[in-house]
Amino acid sequence: MKKKMLNTTKNNLITYGMVIIAYIIVQIFVLSGSLSNLMQGLLVPLCTYVILALSLNLTVGVLGELSLGHAGFMCIGAFTGAFFSKCTFGTIPDGLRFFLAILLGALVAAIFGILIGIPVLRLRGDYLAIVTLAFGEIIKNVMNVLYVGKDSAGFHFSLKDQMSLNLADGGEVIIKGAQGISGTPKNSTFTIGIILVLITLFIILNLMNSRDGRAVMAIRDNRIAAESIGINITKYKLMAFAVSASLAGVAGVLYAHNLATLTALPKNFGYNMSIMILVFVVLGGIGNMRGSIIAAVLLTLLPEVLRGLNDYRMLIYAVVLIVMMLFNWSPKAQEWKARHSLKKLFGRKDTAAKGGN
Amino acid sequence: MKKSKMILSVLLAGTMVLGLAGCGSPSKSTSDNASDSKTSDSSDGDTFKIGGIGPTTGGAAVYGQAVKNAAELAVNEINEAGGINGKQVELNFQDDEHDAEKAVNAYNTLKDWGMQALLGTVTSTPCVAVANEAYADNMFLLSPSGSAVECVQYDNAFRVCFSDPNQGLASAQYIGENKLASKVAVIYDSSDVYSSGIYEKFAEEAKNQDFEIVAAEAFTADNNKDFSTQIQKAKDAGADLVFLPIYYTEASLILDQAKKSGYDTKFFGCDGLDGILSVENFDTSLTEGVMLLTPFAADAEDEATQKFVSEYKEKYGDTPNQFAADAYDGMYAIKAAFEAENVTPDMSISDICEAAKKGITSITVDGLTGGEEGITWTADGEPNKSPKAVIITDGAYKAM
Amino acid sequence: MSFLSYLINGISLGSVYAIIALGYTMVYGIAKMLNFAHGDVIMIGSFVVFITTSATGMNPLLAVLLSVVVCTILGMVIERLAYKPLRGASPLAVLITAIGVSYFLQNIALLLFGANPKSFTSVVKIPALNLAGGKLIISGETIVTIVTCIVIMIVLTMFMKTKPGQAMLAVSEDKGAAQLMGVNVNKTISLTFAIGSGLAAIAGVLLCSAYPSLTPYTGSMPGIKAFVAAVFGGIGSIPGALLGGVILGVIEILSKAYISSQLSDAIVFGVLIIVLLVKPTGILGKKINEKV
Repeated sequence: MKKKMLNTTKNNLITYGMVIIAYIIVQIFVLSGSLSNLMQGLLVPLCTYVILALSLNLTVGVLGELSLGHAGFMCIGAFTGAFFSKCTFGTIPDGLRFFLAILLGALVAAIFGILIGIPVLRLRGDYLAIVTLAFGEIIKNVMNVLYVGKDSAGFHFSLKDQMSLNLADGGEVIIKGAQGISGTPKNSTFTIGIILVLITLFIILNLMNSRDGRAVMAIRDNRIAAESIGINITKYKLMAFAVSASLAGVAGVLYAHNLATLTALPKNFGYNMSIMILVFVVLGGIGNMRGSIIAAVLLTLLPEVLRGLNDYRMLIYAVVLIVMMLFNWSPKAQEWKARHSLKKLFGRKDTAAKGGN
Repeated sequence: MKKSKMILSVLLAGTMVLGLAGCGSPSKSTSDNASDSKTSDSSDGDTFKIGGIGPTTGGAAVYGQAVKNAAELAVNEINEAGGINGKQVELNFQDDEHDAEKAVNAYNTLKDWGMQALLGTVTSTPCVAVANEAYADNMFLLSPSGSAVECVQYDNAFRVCFSDPNQGLASAQYIGENKLASKVAVIYDSSDVYSSGIYEKFAEEAKNQDFEIVAAEAFTADNNKDFSTQIQKAKDAGADLVFLPIYYTEASLILDQAKKSGYDTKFFGCDGLDGILSVENFDTSLTEGVMLLTPFAADAEDEATQKFVSEYKEKYGDTPNQFAADAYDGMYAIKAAFEAENVTPDMSISDICEAAKKGITSITVDGLTGGEEGITWTADGEPNKSPKAVIITDGAYKAM
Repeated sequence: MSFLSYLINGISLGSVYAIIALGYTMVYGIAKMLNFAHGDVIMIGSFVVFITTSATGMNPLLAVLLSVVVCTILGMVIERLAYKPLRGASPLAVLITAIGVSYFLQNIALLLFGANPKSFTSVVKIPALNLAGGKLIISGETIVTIVTCIVIMIVLTMFMKTKPGQAMLAVSEDKGAAQLMGVNVNKTISLTFAIGSGLAAIAGVLLCSAYPSLTPYTGSMPGIKAFVAAVFGGIGSIPGALLGGVILGVIEILSKAYISSQLSDAIVFGVLIIVLLVKPTGILGKKINEKV
C-alpha cells in the first residue's frame, strides 16, 4: 500500500515536472528569439486545450460519465470573463481584473455545472451524453441571441435584438447577440496559462488521491456497491461535475482573453468542440492526466504543422486521428506493443534518452 | 497503457521538433508551403509576399475558396503584366476554418513565411481577431469581405465589401424610396454576424421609411434546412416583400420552399445573395423577380467582368461569386496602393503599411465591384462604391 | 388553419429525421456505438445520386439503387477498417474513431466535389397534395418519405424475425452468449453496418429531395438531429426512431411558429432533456434492469 502511494506521488511529480520543463524549454526558445510566430501564438491556446482536456478527464475518467457538452461550460466561462473585463475596463488594474475574471468565470461555470448536474447525473451512459450535448447546444443558441447593454440606468437584457434593449443615450451594447463581445483586453499570457494548467493539475490530482476522490472513483467502478457502503452518490457526482465545469470555465476565460473577438460559433463552442476535447481525453487515455496533456498538445499542433499540405491538411488530419486511435486502442495493437516494447529492447534508461530527443 | 503513452510522447516530441524547425529558417518553410497557391519562386527581398486567410475547409469553405481562387487569378495576371513596381508577387493562402483562433494561427504562419501585407480575412469573426493582431504589428490589412463594423476599426485595416450596417441602411432606403412594398418580412440568420448585422440596421432604418416590418423570423446555422415556418409566418402576416439578408445557399432553399407552399411574393436581398444563379443544377426560374443590391454581377456586360468570369470558370470550374470579385479587386487595390507610394519589397512591414495606408486613400480602382465610378477608400477603412440594384429576369441580372 | 399547416410541415421535417434515425438506431441497437459518421454516409449517398443523375442523366431510380450499393459497400469498408479492429476496446474509442471517419468523409467530399452548394433535383415525381382549396399543401416528398419510412420499418421488423435478424438481436443482448450459441458476431455486426448504410443512402436521397442543397457538410447537422430523434424515441427501438423523428420535427416547427424562431434549437433540446428526465430511456425505450 505504501509503495503504491509512493508510486502515485512519483507519477504525479513526473506530470508536474513535464509541464514545468516544457515551460522552461519554451521560455528559452522565446528568449533566444528562435520560436516561430506560429508557435508563440499557439502557446496560450495549447494551455487552454490542456486545461479543457484535464477538466473533461475528471468527468470522463474519474467520474466515469460521458459528457458531450463540455464546450458549453467553456462558453459560459468565456462570456462571463469577457463580460466582466469589458464592464470593468479601466476601473480595475489589469492584473487584478484578469484574476477576478478567471475567478468569476470559474464560479459561474461551476454554478451552471451544479444546475445542469442535478437533473443530468440521474441519467446513465449514452443518455447522459446526449443530454449534456443538448445543454451545450442550448447554451450556444442562447448566447447567440443574448443582448446585454449598459447605460446610466444599469444593465439591460434582451433575447430578441439590439433595439429591444431600449438603451438610454450613451449606452453601450456589451454582448451583441451573434456578434458576441469584441474588444476583450488581451490579458492571457503563456505564463498565466501554465500557472492555470498547474493549478488545474493540482486540483485534479489531489482530488483523485483524496478521500472524496476515492469515493468518486468507487462510484465509477461500482455504483451499487458504493451506495451500499454509505457513499452519498449525488453529492460526490455533483462535486466532481461542478469542479470539472468550473475548470472548463477557467479555460474559457483564458480563451476569451486571448482573442479580440468572442462569438459562439458551432466551431468554437458547439458540439464539435466538445467532441474535440473528448478526443484529447480518449486518445490520451481515459483517466490518465498526463496522457490528456500530451494528446491535447499533439492534436492542437497537428493541423498547424500540416499547413504545408494545403488542401489535404484536414484529410490527413482525419487519417492520422483514425490511425492513432487504432494504434492506441485496438486490442491487437496493444498486444503488438507489448511484444515490441522499446523498454524490452533497450532497457529503461536508453528509452528515456530516446524520448528526450 | 504505459507504452502507448511513451509512443505518444515520442510522437509529440517529433511534432514539436517539426514545429520548431519551421521557425528557425523561414525560407525553408516557404518552400514546402502552399505549392499550388504560390505563383513564383523568386528569393526574398525581390518579391512582394502577400498573405491570404479564409475558410477553405468547413461549413464556410465556399467563401474562402472563392477568395483564394480569385486572389490567385489576380496575382497571376499581375505577375504576367510585370508585377507591382516591377517586382513579382507571391501569394500564400492559409485556411482558418471560419474560426477566430485558427485565423490567428494562420496569421502567425504567414508572418513566419514573411508576409508583407494581408488580403483577408474572408469572414467577419476571424477578421476582427486578425485585425487586432495586424494592428499590433502595423501590418497592412485589406479584407475582401469581412463586413462587421469592427473589422476595420484600426487605421491599418481596410475592406473591399460594404459594411453590414451600410447594406442594411441602403436596402431599407432603396425599398422605401422606390416604394417596393408597404409590408416587409425579414428572414435572417440570427447565429451569423453578417446577417444579424444587416438586419439590425435595416430594422432601425425601417422606422424612418414608409414601410412596416410585419415579421422578423430567424434561423440558425444548426437549423438551416427547413424554412416552411418562416415562410408561412411571412405569408400570414401579409408581407408583400421578403427581405433576405443572408447567403445564397439558404436563399436557394427558401425560394424553393416558398414556391412549394404556394407563396408568391417579391424577394429582396443583399450581396450575399449573389451567386444564387450559379448554384450547380439550380432551377433559376425560382429566382425570377428576385431583387438584390450587389456591387457585382457575374453576367455583367463589361469586358473586365467577362474576362474575369471566363478565366475563373476555365481554371476552377465554377462561376465566381461576389466574394471572388471582392478578392480580385482587393488584390488590384493593393497593387494600386503600392504603386501610388512606390512601395518596394525591401521595405519593412511597418513602412509598407504606412505607405499603403496613404496610397489606398488616394487611388481609384475601377474593378469588378466598383460600378461606373470605381472604388475609393476613406481613411476609416470603408470603401466608397455604389451598390447596383438588380432584378433577376430570365435567369440573368438586369439593372433596375 | 395555420396550425394544421404547421403541423404538416412538422411532420414532413420529422419524417426526414425519422428516416435518418432508423439507420442510427439500428446500428446503435446492435453494435452499441454512436456512429457519428452516419450523417456523412448520407452525404456521400446523395452525391452519388447527384453525380449520376446530373452528369450521366441516369434514371433517378437506378441512381438511387446505385447509391444504396455504394453506401452499403462504404459502410462495410468503414466497419472493417476503422471499427472492427477496436472490437473489445472501450466504446468511447470507437466513438472517437467514428468522428475521425466523419472528418475523413467530409474532407474527401470537399476535395472531390468542392465547397459550392449543389442543387439536388428531387427524385420524387409525385405532385403535391392540395387540401382545403390550396391552403394546406402536402408535398410529394413528404408523402414518399413517410411511406418509405413505414415500409422500411415494417421490412426491418419482419427482418428481425428471420435468422440473421435473430442473430442481430442476440448480439445486441449479449455478444459473448451469442457467440457461444454459434452466432458469427463479426459477420452479424458487418451485416448491421451494411443495412444501416444502405438505409443512409435512401435517407440521403429523401433528405436532399426535400431540402435540395448539397454540400460536403449537408449530412452532419441532420445526422445529429436524427441522433437526438433516435434518443427521443428510445435508441435501439425501430418504431421509436419513427416516432422520435416525427415528434422532434413537430416540436421544432411549432416552437418556431409559436414561441421564438431564434430560440427553437434551445427549445427542441430543452424538450428532449425533459423527456429524458421523465423517461430516462426515451419514449419507447426498454427499461434497463440493473444487475447487482
